[in-house]
Amino acid sequence: MLDSAPHSTGLHCRGLCKSYGQIQVLKSVDFSVLPGQVVALIGENGAGKSTFNNIIAGVVKPSEGQMWLDGAPYVPLSPADAIHNGVALIHQEIRLLPELTVAENIFLGRQPTRAGRVDRAEMVRQSREILRALGVNVDPNRVVRGLSMAVQQGIEICKALLRKPRYVIFDEPTASLGEADAELIFEQVRLLKQNGTAIIYVSHRLDEIMTIADHVVCFRDGNRVADWDGASVTKEKMINGMVGREFTFEHRAPEPSGENVVLQVRGLSRGRAFRDISFDLRQGEILGLAGLIGAGRSEVGRALSGADPIEAGEIRLDGRVLRLSSPRDAIEAGIVMVSEDRKGLGLSLDQSAARNIAQPWERSLTRAGMVFPSRIDALGSRQKERFDIRGQMGLPVNSMSGGNQQKVLLAKWLVKTPRVFIVDEPTRGVDVGAKMAIYEIIRGLAASGISVIVISSELEEVLGLCHRVLVMSEGRLQGDLPRDAATPEQVMALAVPGADGAAKANGNIERGGNGA
Amino acid sequence: MTLLDQTGPNPGASAGKGKTEAGMDFVKKVQRYIPGPLIGLILVSVVFSVLSPYFLTTRNLFNVFSQMSEIGIMAAGAALVIIIGGIDLSVGAVLAVSLMLNAWLYRDFGVPFVISTLAGLALGAFVGLVNGILSTYGRIQPFVATLATMSACSGLALFITNGSPVTGFPEWFSEITSARFFGLPLEFVILVVVYLIVAYWLYFRPSGRALYAIGGNEEVARLSGINTRRAKVMVYVTAGFLAALAGLIVGSRLDAAHPTAGVNDLLSVIAVVVIGGASLSGGSGGMMGTFIGLMIIGVLRNGMALINVSPNLQPVVIGVAIIIAVMLDRRAATR
Repeated sequence: MLDSAPHSTGLHCRGLCKSYGQIQVLKSVDFSVLPGQVVALIGENGAGKSTFNNIIAGVVKPSEGQMWLDGAPYVPLSPADAIHNGVALIHQEIRLLPELTVAENIFLGRQPTRAGRVDRAEMVRQSREILRALGVNVDPNRVVRGLSMAVQQGIEICKALLRKPRYVIFDEPTASLGEADAELIFEQVRLLKQNGTAIIYVSHRLDEIMTIADHVVCFRDGNRVADWDGASVTKEKMINGMVGREFTFEHRAPEPSGENVVLQVRGLSRGRAFRDISFDLRQGEILGLAGLIGAGRSEVGRALSGADPIEAGEIRLDGRVLRLSSPRDAIEAGIVMVSEDRKGLGLSLDQSAARNIAQPWERSLTRAGMVFPSRIDALGSRQKERFDIRGQMGLPVNSMSGGNQQKVLLAKWLVKTPRVFIVDEPTRGVDVGAKMAIYEIIRGLAASGISVIVISSELEEVLGLCHRVLVMSEGRLQGDLPRDAATPEQVMALAVPGADGAAKANGNIERGGNGA
Repeated sequence: MTLLDQTGPNPGASAGKGKTEAGMDFVKKVQRYIPGPLIGLILVSVVFSVLSPYFLTTRNLFNVFSQMSEIGIMAAGAALVIIIGGIDLSVGAVLAVSLMLNAWLYRDFGVPFVISTLAGLALGAFVGLVNGILSTYGRIQPFVATLATMSACSGLALFITNGSPVTGFPEWFSEITSARFFGLPLEFVILVVVYLIVAYWLYFRPSGRALYAIGGNEEVARLSGINTRRAKVMVYVTAGFLAALAGLIVGSRLDAAHPTAGVNDLLSVIAVVVIGGASLSGGSGGMMGTFIGLMIIGVLRNGMALINVSPNLQPVVIGVAIIIAVMLDRRAATR
């Protein structure tokens, strides 16, 4: 290990602890990063990575432990103080003001002035310089609204780098980006590294960690449990280090026994979102819906679950034609969808987990026309047990970790046994341990005879779970592959638009939070 | 698709708990059911009962309730609107215009008083319907939509009689506000009944509980199978209707319909809801809190009048109370 003496150059931490009340989230962690080095930080959600970053960036104060920065004791009082000391944290979420220009965003709160007025020319000039230095190809004079996520993330990085920090923490910078876009971020990390900046890089994507990290440190339950050299580390080592046990994508449900078709979709179309979608779904079958982001996969799911109206086509459930004018209609017919955006579309974060779970079913929970809290609580504890949700069902959902929130979301839609269960990105933003649990839930559903549609950007996930894979591209169905024929190459060739699809495939396919 | 065969309360659940754990549960329950504003109300009441010997007399307490009844009835509607994340600026103006319509129909057209009263209530509900449709199907922000209807309603209230008040309601009507119901002022009884009905809807009926989901995240609520637009329209209709009902109490008390009655009540109404613990961003608040908020404002106004605080200073104290209440609420929420 490279933990050198605290009194030398670099950032060194010794015995960092942090507890909130009785809960200890960080347990005596040692850590070092040297100038020109990229140290990757991995671990499940709740392993203590964010707390650790926040301590270094001055957002929270450690309960115990010491830090040294280039030989001097380092006690950041606030984020501003940390930045003053040359330590910058780049947040996972993009926080740009969409109506301001790129340059105005970069210089927000510290515009250069001349004679007391904002010197716009200088601001644009400096912005152009820093954007070029980091390889972000965008006009500093245009407004941020409408820029791609990758470019916005790039601008966010430029913003942080304006003060020329010597220590930069990247907190999941690629979480919302596709693989091609992520390349832009890697390039920026390499450039920074060449300039002698020390980098702490947090990510769930193990492929990219192997590409850029010099050193990998793994946290689990607030402890530093392992570390490896960047050159020699393998995906398996990292996953096992994070989970503390073996991980696999393979969760195969038994082959559907009969030819009993539950859901028939014929010629489904809606505007430019998707066109002429037809497929059958058998009882107990897990059907994967693969494709690039924007191919129309989620939109098909939303139409099937009554969230969006359809313009043409027919949906038959058990042979009967369904007319879905609202989500309520679909829920009553037994088609439910777990949406990809847990926070925006799935859960009311300020409400208790139990109440969230009961929300769609309150009408059937009434006794003499009334809903009693005791029934909600009872339903909450039943689902907690059934789905192994760790957390207090009576507290707001946002007090739970991502994995448990996702389980709450699944539990919400599985109060009644559905006929068709649609899940969109079932494991987005979920740690490895919860991932396996969620795969197991989906497998169990199919085994009990429920038909499942899995929409996912993570190819391993689709291939590990599904009996059959439909591939969409630009709103159309491009292929219907049985599991054995569905190789990553096959799926990519169908997913990428245009005749030379296969050639472009490797660069463009969105493979999501890969590996973990 | 059988649902929840075993969701009844589980009698064995607490059997194995130790004594201390049960004690902790009790403390938690008390914290959950005694809202923060209640402590504020008790404090304020204690202070005034020390400062003025007259404060804690039955007659004075009845005064507090009577004086606040119209604001309280409007606040019940406003609380619903605020729970769904909306705002209704038109309540005061709706009070005025519905009362004016009622009085005008009765006096100038000889319409039977019961009919004219129903017309006034219907007008209140109708303005609420307009508010609801504008802010859902019309996609206009509720602040803007209700600002427009507020302006229109206060204009109409003046236009009907060219600005002059209407006097001379039936005698029995003006006696409503002096009547006693088992020793309680009747308007207070009406207030309590309104609160009980709204609270029942909000806590026990699925369509009422859905309002919290809508205020928390409207799209999540819609995807959970709630008809969000219909629920929102219902809430604005209720708020409009309750404003018209409050107008009846004002009319009865003054034995007259003033075209500018209720116009100054809007801010008190919102203050009551906010002091009661609701957040203007929606998803929180309730009838218990609103009722306590109402009592706080009522006691403050009454107590300050008793100890001769200048009426011009009273709004300042109310302003301070709003800030303190909201700050305490924030602290409680983050703890």
